[in-house]
Amino acid sequence: MSEQDISTPIPAVSVSIAKQVIYCGVCSLPPEYCEYGATLNKCKEWLREKHSDLFDNLYSQTNLESDMINLSLEKKPANDAEDKKKAKEAAKIEREMQKKMASKITITRIARNKRKSVTNVCGLQNFDIDLKKAAKSFASKFACGSSVVKNNQGNDEIVIQGDVSDDLYDYILETWPDVPEDNIELVEEKKSKK
Amino acid sequence: MFKKFNIKEDIATRSLVKSSVQRNIRSKILDQYNKLETVIDEVLPKKSSLYLVKCHEHINLLTVNNEILFFQHFDGLYYPTLRLLHKYPDAFPKVQVDKGAIKKILSGANIMCPGLTSKGARMNEDLPANTIVGVFAEGKEHALAIGLTKMSTEDIKNINKDIGVENIHYLNDPLWKSNIET
Ligand SMILES: [Zn+2]
Repeated sequence: MSEQDISTPIPAVSVSIAKQVIYCGVCSLPPEYCEYGATLNKCKEWLREKHSDLFDNLYSQTNLESDMINLSLEKKPANDAEDKKKAKEAAKIEREMQKKMASKITITRIARNKRKSVTNVCGLQNFDIDLKKAAKSFASKFACGSSVVKNNQGNDEIVIQGDVSDDLYDYILETWPDVPEDNIELVEEKKSKK
Repeated sequence: MFKKFNIKEDIATRSLVKSSVQRNIRSKILDQYNKLETVIDEVLPKKSSLYLVKCHEHINLLTVNNEILFFQHFDGLYYPTLRLLHKYPDAFPKVQVDKGAIKKILSGANIMCPGLTSKGARMNEDLPANTIVGVFAEGKEHALAIGLTKMSTEDIKNINKDIGVENIHYLNDPLWKSNIET
């Protein structure tokens, strides 16, 4: 084991020969292949925001025009069934996206007694996040207990021992860039005063 | 090959490769891809922990730092994954298909000879049958598939019908979507 620990740091190769490839944040392909997926519009939005130079390269006016011509040429022989299927798929993805946009992640700090509290996170699963893995990563990030539990509505949520709500907020944004900041809600729940 | 692959369910065993075996694999890979020689230390750093992930259907994956680098069927040839090929596009033999073939390849179809011999296509190297190739496309920078030639490039040009390159692994297939996590 110890031998492995020593070997883990990456050797000091300062100049890497590997080509840096940008992958689309929406469909995971190299952006030049986004046009073959069903999420082209979302892909374009993402690319314009994150890599505008590449966006200009791929979708500049001239390219677009020639693409349009190609498209209209290609479109004719393509049968309706395929178009419909594609539209359906796009609509489905769109719906899922909207659902994602509408769903919230709630971080709640619950006071257990004067000095101790637990942090409760629910809604992570709406963003296709594996709860078990997330719980584990929280545990190692914040060095505390963290587990997946079912709440009284029957939904899974993560309970973390200790007050980590602020750090957690940042950590979620950092770890899952798909999650919009506006969708995370911080709540404080105080025990009713005696 | 990966049409029904599901990384979450298909992993049978996963083991750290002993350094002697690692050397063995390394030289086998170099035998197969001699152009990889200059970059092999970056691809498979000598002191990295190489894992062999055995999956159902006799598929083996080689991973370093949770990244799948190569895969093989039984103990046959080592195929690079597309992500690896994207990083080292010139380390592997390549062919180029015309624009019209892209869509079919991305839905898993094998590559027919005409798609390799038409105007937008290119085969710059003379390759024998059963060569693992990166499949590039007209007007695109990055490869879209990893294939296996079913006949030599010369036969592809001369015969010009039937399957020229078998589509083994392509963008957005289940292997592409797989990520190995500890
Ligand atoms: Zn995309």
